[in-house]
Amino acid sequence: MKLLWSNKNMNTQTTKYAFEASLPVMFGYVPLGMAFGVLFQDLGYGWYFATMMGIFVFAGAAQFMAVGLLAAHAGLLEVAVSTLVLNSRHMFFGLSLLTRYHAVGLKKFYLIFGLTDETYSLITASHPPPGEDEQNYYFYLTALNHFYWVVGCTLGALLGASVEFDSRGMDFALTALFMVLLIEQWKKIKNPTPFIIAFGCAVGAMWFFPDKMLLVAIALSTAILFGLKPVVDKNK
Amino acid sequence: MNDNIYLLSIIAVMTVATFATRAFPFVALKGKGGHPLMDYIGRYMPPAVMTILVLYSMKNVDIFNAPFGANEFIALGITTAVHLWKENSLLSIFSATAFYMAALQYGLFA
Repeated sequence: MKLLWSNKNMNTQTTKYAFEASLPVMFGYVPLGMAFGVLFQDLGYGWYFATMMGIFVFAGAAQFMAVGLLAAHAGLLEVAVSTLVLNSRHMFFGLSLLTRYHAVGLKKFYLIFGLTDETYSLITASHPPPGEDEQNYYFYLTALNHFYWVVGCTLGALLGASVEFDSRGMDFALTALFMVLLIEQWKKIKNPTPFIIAFGCAVGAMWFFPDKMLLVAIALSTAILFGLKPVVDKNK
Repeated sequence: MNDNIYLLSIIAVMTVATFATRAFPFVALKGKGGHPLMDYIGRYMPPAVMTILVLYSMKNVDIFNAPFGANEFIALGITTAVHLWKENSLLSIFSATAFYMAALQYGLFA
């Protein structure tokens, strides 16, 4: 009995930790999801389709892109290729999570399904309460972020352009979240090389490939990190 | 009705394509989780990605014309300062976001 109770108690604590860690994402995802919902309902489809996209696609940039493609009545192949290209950066996320994600079955399926930029950032920088199962913690983080996104998409589509609250600037919460997690990574790694490599790649990519900045910067940094392994290891 | 079927097929295609990009490394490198090279990239890629995401989320900031991204840079400065001072993520993020929203909506540096 005691074991059961303490187990349940610890799970509640994991949920609480995950909720606190995910709060900044809520302030980013709800207004962004709403922005998507508002654009989407302009196309004339029922609001529940926006909910559905939030649930199944769960990819911010791709959903915004979809609004344009839907308006232009793009073909399925074009949509498939555009989505693959736009989201190809996610391939690199998984690469660095191979060791971290060892859940199995449906839980792992869901963790992979819900691997957005923000979920990746939280998972690689924050920790579950001591002694708690990290796979559960990752699961809660993913599910909470997913929930915020679906709520945002739905609200935006339901309320449409009649939204009164001025939420301009609220999505800065995501920029600030990335900044905080960057500081946390710095404290953890204490090795300037990966930061310098990424900074160079990001600035270069922004200059030469502004439309493909994320993908180019992440792919290039990954390649350089692999190539410079001896140097990076030495600076440890 | 036809239109709804079109939309549903688009959603299905996007769901599969998005999942495919996220699942690809897990399928292609199945069982390589303990490999030293994967441990290495698992350790050093997150800081690189975080650096890129900060810059990416600032990419629409116009640093060549007034107000030269003042709102964004001050808000980032607040995030950093509050975080180094209090080490409380929520406080750092919310104080900076509150400042940013106010600065943007009331045209502090417009």
